[in-house]
Amino acid sequence: MPDVGKNAEFEALALPLFDSLYNFAHWLAQDRHDAEDLVQETYAKALKGFGSFRPGTNFRAWMFKILRNTFLTSRTGLSSSHTEPLEPGDEDRVLPVTSHTPETLVITQDLGEALQQAIEALPLASREVLLLADVEEMSYHDIAEALSIPIGTVMSRLARARKAARQKLIESGYARKKGTVARQ
Amino acid sequence: MTCEAWQTKLDAYADAELPAETMRSMAEHLSGCPACTAELVQIIQQKRVTALAGKRYSAPPELRARIRQQIEAKPARGGWQWALGLALAAVVVIGLGLAIVLPSRTAARNRLIAGVVDSHITALASASPVDVVSTDRHTVKPWFAGKLPFTFNLPELGGSPFTLDGGRMVYLDSRPGAHLIYGVRKHHLSVFILQDGGDFSRLLPTAAEPWRSLSFNVTSWSAGGLRYFVVSDAAPEDVSALAELLKRAN
Ligand SMILES: [Zn+2]
Repeated sequence: MPDVGKNAEFEALALPLFDSLYNFAHWLAQDRHDAEDLVQETYAKALKGFGSFRPGTNFRAWMFKILRNTFLTSRTGLSSSHTEPLEPGDEDRVLPVTSHTPETLVITQDLGEALQQAIEALPLASREVLLLADVEEMSYHDIAEALSIPIGTVMSRLARARKAARQKLIESGYARKKGTVARQ
Repeated sequence: MTCEAWQTKLDAYADAELPAETMRSMAEHLSGCPACTAELVQIIQQKRVTALAGKRYSAPPELRARIRQQIEAKPARGGWQWALGLALAAVVVIGLGLAIVLPSRTAARNRLIAGVVDSHITALASASPVDVVSTDRHTVKPWFAGKLPFTFNLPELGGSPFTLDGGRMVYLDSRPGAHLIYGVRKHHLSVFILQDGGDFSRLLPTAAEPWRSLSFNVTSWSAGGLRYFVVSDAAPEDVSALAELLKRAN
């Protein structure tokens, strides 16, 4: 006899996260089919492990954690983490000081697209923290939970990820240094 | 603390992730530092564009259906009695339903209020915060006539600590409105007046309620079909005092 209670509870909690999980999966895997497999496997694993989910911890963070761990152990995930340079002195590193000449975002129609390319080009460690913070609007606490890193590391990685994305926008002419003229 | 030191905390400040004490001292620093405020505005802008651009991929509907089937077909774990399990599920689902709906509404409301605070910060950080510069409400009010599909009254400030700096057009929740900037001692207050409806009336209360967002004090209410916001880093008492003046004038 199926355990209707447990499954219904899981469905009520997990299904509303479907769109967010898929979007995140696609950003990680950068491929539609891999993303679909990833999401399906995430739900299967989460349902199986639902008994071990501790009430009181954040369910959303828990789902994203399963998805991300599934990705990291997948073929794409393994190859992408291998080809990525390790960031030196990553943990709790003091943030680089912001430049004295702040840049200004030039809001244009293509800005969103340029930003997507900038995010795509970020190393995985930066990309995932940026997406969880700014797209999923997760708290640092929940991001720390999802990525299994300390909160201090969330804070420093996120600040650096935003700066790196902005730097790419400047390079492609969508943001400019204060007082200079933007390229087309 | 130097500006460089403050600026290392700006991202966490924009995310409202600093300890309350640091949030307050940062707000104090920002109110007197255009350079750090300009940096903050950029971070907030970038966050907003990322939020939109990051929602890039949508899943095929068949995948959702497939996963739902998977969940519902999954055989039992554990030996619960069927009826008890079902009753419990009903309770849990009702409870969860609320738990899921409430935070997302709160999140939507917080986003809306953050947008209002964002407009306040952006205007003050810009080179010309107001388009009509006048301390006279009889000059400012007519400036909006013809630009907005509604009218409103501005309060008489005599005997109050407030001064009127001027006004500009604003777009919030993609509707046009009036943005008035007032001063009280060393602080600025923004007043936003727009037509009520949509997300405003869905997410915000009719009667004034105080909030804090990014260490700014915010209040909002609705009257006569219009939605009012007052935003400032000034004390909550100043914010509600200006709100009172506006309510009496309208
Ligand atoms: Zn400063």
